[in-house]
Amino acid sequence: MKIKFGIVVFPGANCDHDAYYATKKVLGYDAEFLWHKEPDLKGSNAILLPGGFSYGDYLRTGAIARFSPIMDEVIKFANSGGIVIGICNGFQILLETGLLPGIMQKNINLKFICKDVYLRVENKNTLFTKLVDKNVIKIPIAHGEGNYYADEKTLSELEKNNQVVFRYSDSKGDVTPESNPNGSLNNIAGIINKEGNVLGMMPHPERACDTALSRTDGALIFKSIAESIYK
Amino acid sequence: MKEPEVNLELALEHGLTEEEYNIICERLGRTPTFTELGIFSVMWSEHCSYKNSIALIKTLPRSGGRLLVGAGEENAGLVDIGDGLAIAFKIESHNHPSAVEPYQGAATGVGGILRDIFTMGARPIACLNSLRFGTLDDPRTRYLFEGVVKGIADYGNCFGVPTVGGEVYFDDSYKYNPLVNAMAIGIVDTNRIASAVAKSEGSPVMIVGSSTGRDGIHGATFASEEISEKSESKRPSVQVGDPFTEKLLLEATLEIIKEDLIVGIQDMGAAGISCSTSEMSAKGKSGMDINLDIVPLREENMTAYEIMLSESQERMLVVVKKGKEKRVKEIFNKWDLNCEIIGYVTDEPLLKIKYHNVLKANIPPYDLVLGGGAPVYYRDAKEPEYLKEITKLDYNEIPEPECISEVFEKILSSPNIASKNWVYEQYDSMVRTNTVVGPGSDAAVIRIKGTQKAIAATTDCNGRYVYLNPKEGTKIAVAESARNVVCSGAIPLAITNCLNFGNPYKPEMYWTFKKAIEGMGEACRFFNTPVTGGNVSFYNESPDRAVYPTPVIGMVGLIENIDNVTTAEFKDSGDLIYLLGEDYEEIGGSEYLKIQHNIVKGKIPKIDLQTEKDLHNLILELIKRKIIKSAHDISEGGIMVALAECCIINKEKPIGAKVHLPVKTREDLSFFSESQSRVIVSLSQENKDAFEQIASKSFTPYTFLGETTDKIFSVNDQYQFKLEHLIKLYYSSISEKMNIV
Repeated sequence: MKIKFGIVVFPGANCDHDAYYATKKVLGYDAEFLWHKEPDLKGSNAILLPGGFSYGDYLRTGAIARFSPIMDEVIKFANSGGIVIGICNGFQILLETGLLPGIMQKNINLKFICKDVYLRVENKNTLFTKLVDKNVIKIPIAHGEGNYYADEKTLSELEKNNQVVFRYSDSKGDVTPESNPNGSLNNIAGIINKEGNVLGMMPHPERACDTALSRTDGALIFKSIAESIYK
Repeated sequence: MKEPEVNLELALEHGLTEEEYNIICERLGRTPTFTELGIFSVMWSEHCSYKNSIALIKTLPRSGGRLLVGAGEENAGLVDIGDGLAIAFKIESHNHPSAVEPYQGAATGVGGILRDIFTMGARPIACLNSLRFGTLDDPRTRYLFEGVVKGIADYGNCFGVPTVGGEVYFDDSYKYNPLVNAMAIGIVDTNRIASAVAKSEGSPVMIVGSSTGRDGIHGATFASEEISEKSESKRPSVQVGDPFTEKLLLEATLEIIKEDLIVGIQDMGAAGISCSTSEMSAKGKSGMDINLDIVPLREENMTAYEIMLSESQERMLVVVKKGKEKRVKEIFNKWDLNCEIIGYVTDEPLLKIKYHNVLKANIPPYDLVLGGGAPVYYRDAKEPEYLKEITKLDYNEIPEPECISEVFEKILSSPNIASKNWVYEQYDSMVRTNTVVGPGSDAAVIRIKGTQKAIAATTDCNGRYVYLNPKEGTKIAVAESARNVVCSGAIPLAITNCLNFGNPYKPEMYWTFKKAIEGMGEACRFFNTPVTGGNVSFYNESPDRAVYPTPVIGMVGLIENIDNVTTAEFKDSGDLIYLLGEDYEEIGGSEYLKIQHNIVKGKIPKIDLQTEKDLHNLILELIKRKIIKSAHDISEGGIMVALAECCIINKEKPIGAKVHLPVKTREDLSFFSESQSRVIVSLSQENKDAFEQIASKSFTPYTFLGETTDKIFSVNDQYQFKLEHLIKLYYSSISEKMNIV
């Protein structure tokens, strides 16, 4: 069986082509674009909400995309256990749907930040990380609003249930204030829902799948997803 | 609203000269209407007509090489890269808008240049920008710098094009008149190139994209005056950018071109509907009947004059093939964009503009456009007096610094030299996953998916050199840009230029412009890198002074095999370091003189184009044969700075160096000399023989400098620096200066 990633195209998404190229051309899975106005997941095995600036992010990030016709289908898919990954703007949209808890604030320096960061992999026992074979991975970020916030209760729930999957760290895996690029609480870079089938992450794994770009750690995440679907 | 009476006085207020007004009356055989006067004034403004520059621009090499479309023929130049693909690229200025409203000024500069690229059917794959500001100790400069960078970032990031490189310089001459030049590169199938032409009678003319408002009226005219205290009142002339709509416009535009639904298409930038209707008609030797009542407006009670002159962003004019209107509408509807038929192409070469059932304008389009009836002037040229004095510099009067280390650290942390990471980390440099080499290197490298190829791109100009010697300084700008793409493993293909100068009506300024064009032409012919187009920005003056003459060169090169991409940083310790080229202890116009002695004087480094080309050939040979591991050109700051950069450009993996630098007469002169045509390379020990064999057969002299080591940068056993310390100086300099509140 060939795994199919359904990549949702919102107006203003701009990492949709990158996700398509990474999953289909580099990693050899099937991939299909899903137009946001059509409520049809076209038999996808996993749904990918790509990065970008849906609706220009002129309101709150992800706030309008959350109401696109396709999102009802995505939510149904997630609630029935389907694998959903939201990257960057996709993560912000997931927060707006409530599939994941918390919110995003502007980066603490109030600037867009694009650079490679190190992530300590906090939970390797997820559908998204089961093939990650190292403690620290290198994946770039590119966002203006990645400063994750949740109230104390939510945060302690996340920590208690091992829902924090990635934390910003230094190259050795030490989670320090200096390695936190955007002011995220507890250096949070990526979280899953309680059920474990929905992942939101600010770093861009689709930008780290290709030896030609000297970054390959992102491929581990897509490979894990594929592996999880096989099983 | 009653329209004002058209007379000479009103024409003068519109920036036209008496002579020009008389020509207009003569051509029309009557007094123009108010709307017509507005149209002529923007179309004949410097910005649209190039009236004071085009005669000289035409002396530049504008064809040959791999050019598919010559300069001025379309919205951007096109270069064939094989495999059925071509590269469209162009650079454009947005200096005046950015001087009064830095955020929107810079943002719309990016938006405008992107539309120039995708209006040709090319998908933008990279942006670069070349920026000049005053010095960072000035609070207003920090405000302009911060706003411009954020404007570029927000527009490019949202649109989804990686900003991969460029340059930033700080000098007092740019204090009141910053330079904001944006360059974009796109890729297109050679059989899907769109043209900016209107022909075939009865073809529908559509306006697509954003609605039309009052923003930007007379923006083109504003760009054609000097900056003054009155400029602040021109703030409403600055347009407002909407990158989200532009992104939708991109996707819709590429779809209609791909489905072969159109005759021609042109973006609306300066002079809006006036410019796009007249230029497309003139190119097709046709005319248009336009009904302004149908143009989607965002404000009430707009006049024909305002609609014709609006510079609202994110709009295009499309001439659709007869019978394809419905499909075009479907595509724009899918992307939630306006799409209205506002008129039809006519065989009669007249531009007829109707509004509320009144014929508001009736002009032969040919009379309006550059290359047609727009005026062409040669201005008086006179060598500026200052050049006689300023080139004199007696090295004996330059005191030798007591502490070379201190001077070196000062230069390395000068904002002109130091890392621009504060800038480029605000840009998404990686979206589209093609960025093989991003910002902070000699040239950016973008791979072309589906091929083995990659494109190298850079922008270069040392305005100080051009100020001291317009002709040779411009030759250096071309040579350096070529050297930068060569160091990345690319063959230089072609250039685009952004010519930032003062007021051309001043004979000294016109002379400077003329000399710069001469130098550019000579260098471009020599390197076989034709000029594909670009932009002239005059009137970059404030009451105090003109900016340094700054002819920015945007160079694009081709890497046939992506395996040959070469970068500047040292790769491993234990490698050998060589200098290619020769030093002549040239510090005239150098960063050293400016930083240490506060002098901008002297003879600038000499440039010999044959020597430069020999160096390029040698480097490309060494890269092709996989003999060298790194290549980095020596430019501002000199050899010591260049070596330090090789050590720390890869912040993640710094590599030390222990070198012996030859000294001819004085250490400061040798270490900080900016002699041209020099490159630092590194190679593994085992390639020593092969390297020396090839290098000794070339025309380029080479010198063994030393070896790469661990964590120390050591020069002549005398000066030693911890890399950690240099990293801090180099990477924190600008952010520290920006954090002063």
